[in-house]
Amino acid sequence: MTNDNIERHVLAVLVDNEPGVLARVVGLFSGRGYNIESLTVATVSEDDSASRINLVTSGTPMIIEQIKAQLERLVPVQKVNDLTEEGPHVENEFALIKIKNSGPERREALRIADIFRARVVDTAVESFVFSLTGSPEKIGSFVDLMRNLGDVEIARSGVVAIKRGKKTTIET
Amino acid sequence: MSDNIMSGADIVIKALADQGVEVIFGYPGGAVLPLYDAIFKQNSIRHILVRHEQGAVHMAEGYARSTGKVGVVLVTSGPGATNAVTGLTDALMDSVPLICLTGQVPTHLIGNDAFQEADTTGITRPCTKHNYLVKHVDELSGIMHEAFEVAKSGRPGPVVIDLPKDVQFAETQYSSPDEINQRHYFEKVTGDSEKISEAIELIANAKKPIFYIGGGCINSGTAACKAVADLVRITGYPATTTLMGLGAIPSSSPQWLGMLGMHGTYEANLAMHGCDVMIAVGARFDDRVTGRLDAFSPNSKKIHIDIDPSSINKNVPVEIPIIGDVGEVLSQMLNIWNQKAPNIDSKALKKWWNKIDEWRSVNCLKYDQGHDSNDTIKPQYAIERLYELTKKKETFITTEVGQHQMWAAQFYKFEKPNHWMTSGGLGTMGYGLPSAIGVQVAHPNSLVIDIAGEGSTMMNIQELGTMAQYNLPVKVFIINNEWLGMVRQWQELLHGGRYAESYSAGLPDFIKLAESYGMTGMRAKHPDEVDDVIKRMVDEPGPVIADIVVSKEENCFPMIPGGAAHNEILLGLNESQEQTQSEDGMVLV
Repeated sequence: MTNDNIERHVLAVLVDNEPGVLARVVGLFSGRGYNIESLTVATVSEDDSASRINLVTSGTPMIIEQIKAQLERLVPVQKVNDLTEEGPHVENEFALIKIKNSGPERREALRIADIFRARVVDTAVESFVFSLTGSPEKIGSFVDLMRNLGDVEIARSGVVAIKRGKKTTIET
Repeated sequence: MSDNIMSGADIVIKALADQGVEVIFGYPGGAVLPLYDAIFKQNSIRHILVRHEQGAVHMAEGYARSTGKVGVVLVTSGPGATNAVTGLTDALMDSVPLICLTGQVPTHLIGNDAFQEADTTGITRPCTKHNYLVKHVDELSGIMHEAFEVAKSGRPGPVVIDLPKDVQFAETQYSSPDEINQRHYFEKVTGDSEKISEAIELIANAKKPIFYIGGGCINSGTAACKAVADLVRITGYPATTTLMGLGAIPSSSPQWLGMLGMHGTYEANLAMHGCDVMIAVGARFDDRVTGRLDAFSPNSKKIHIDIDPSSINKNVPVEIPIIGDVGEVLSQMLNIWNQKAPNIDSKALKKWWNKIDEWRSVNCLKYDQGHDSNDTIKPQYAIERLYELTKKKETFITTEVGQHQMWAAQFYKFEKPNHWMTSGGLGTMGYGLPSAIGVQVAHPNSLVIDIAGEGSTMMNIQELGTMAQYNLPVKVFIINNEWLGMVRQWQELLHGGRYAESYSAGLPDFIKLAESYGMTGMRAKHPDEVDDVIKRMVDEPGPVIADIVVSKEENCFPMIPGGAAHNEILLGLNESQEQTQSEDGMVLV
């Protein structure tokens, strides 16, 4: 009866913007042994009173239900939306990727960057910094290709996500 | 409004008074001196000086659980706060509403490793329902009142308010509870009526039903307990209670099967295993209750009523979850039940009761108490006699943790809720003595007994000083077998009788210990002395330590070994001489 399949879920957690709120969320995950695949947080309300935590997690359906219920128990948590469950949504991630190389590899890096629509935001004699936005998979495959062409340093933002269509998370 | 300007310390005391607080359990220190000064200058709130901050929290727990009110603790910064952590965790696990005020170094020193500084909000984050660091005195009134709401609402729990010393000195205007804007934090109270109708349908058509009643019922209040008792009576169905739920329905009800779980009764556990409909009321499917999860009540449909959505489907998936206050939901259910007056399958029910009576006839709690001159006192006998000789009085029982706790749960019977205080979730040794003090403070004219083990009681024995200072007539009833009995029992059952470090060497003479605090000490060594000691203990107007010297090797049965299912319950050692436990089970605590 229980489904033990591990599912990946994207959660949008609206929280009061107060000290310690991120520690509460992160502590909940570590204390109860839940996974965090990625987590981003920034203030989203006009008066800076609320922040949105975009969180990617994975677990069995029972665990995912627990995670949501546990998050909702936290006093500064206003709302938890499970974007994966609620329907179509857009997921995006931003990355800055530095590659150190020279010669033909350098030209190849530029060519691949062009295919991925990555922008060059910094260049030096033996390096580029690319800026890239897209799904986590797209960024992942870009990074994989770059690793073949030189030493790579990666800064990734983690996933941010939002529902498709006119409904906001507040309305669901 | 300038007359409402007051210091942070005065605001704290005023807010406590406005929240109906009558007593604080605390211990002073440098970072809370302004608060103690404010306490000194008023008369509405009583302060009980404890001997250790852990004791303060357990006292507040005993106070809260026996009254249904919020317990309040006041401790200083650093070690004061860290000493409170065990008690806070205990209160979190057992859903006890507490406010714990902690002193903190002044705001400008926070983070500087100042004297007696600790990251109190960081340390207590996982062991509280919520906590606050008050950085500015203007936030103080709001936080105080909100904290009470958080502690009481939903599944209750402890809340820490960390108060830097400069905030206690700073002045501002006080706001009363009704002037505070509540946050978005609230809990669903009434149950979903569709779900309730489904549940009624399922209950009415059950052939082998059982009510499984937990501490949530007691937390919800006496109305909830009355409602569940009514529902049990009207349906004629059997009911079992958890360790935390003892007293939720009267133990004198013939429909009560006793406690379930690891040391629960044979009939309760087998009925849980064999039922076709389980109605879980304010219970959380704890591992001590369920045993092996994949073999837990395999053929039943389950209804789960709980105020805490995170308790639903946590360990055991249920067919009909009803989120709401147990009392509200039960009264909704009773209304519908009375309107519909459904026909229950009385033939099937009779068959089910016959089966249960068969299990009952095993008499799983039986023990042999001999009365020859060389016979020793059986712990079960001591507790059973204690029950018989105190049941007519308004008696409150607390316990420590271990074998004596399980025997107390098995042999002491409760007619009413809020008369049984024990550390269930966390299993905190040293809980019983301070908890009894808290109960006695709340009920000065009642009989309060800490059924203790000699091991556990030593863990907070310093609180005898608190008992002595306030002449609180708590009776400490020590089931003394000179062993950490539950540890010894597991070592006997699972570790080949290698009794590593489980003998309590160096115990005090409890009579002399009592006398050194100006209390009365007494001892029973022979079964025939037990009644006399109990009577003298009960009649003594002051505090008493009764040292009941019991047989050392007695084990607590029935027992569901870790990793076993309800129907693998052991009734005694003779059937389990060989190692009965699987390797997987041994890993479990």
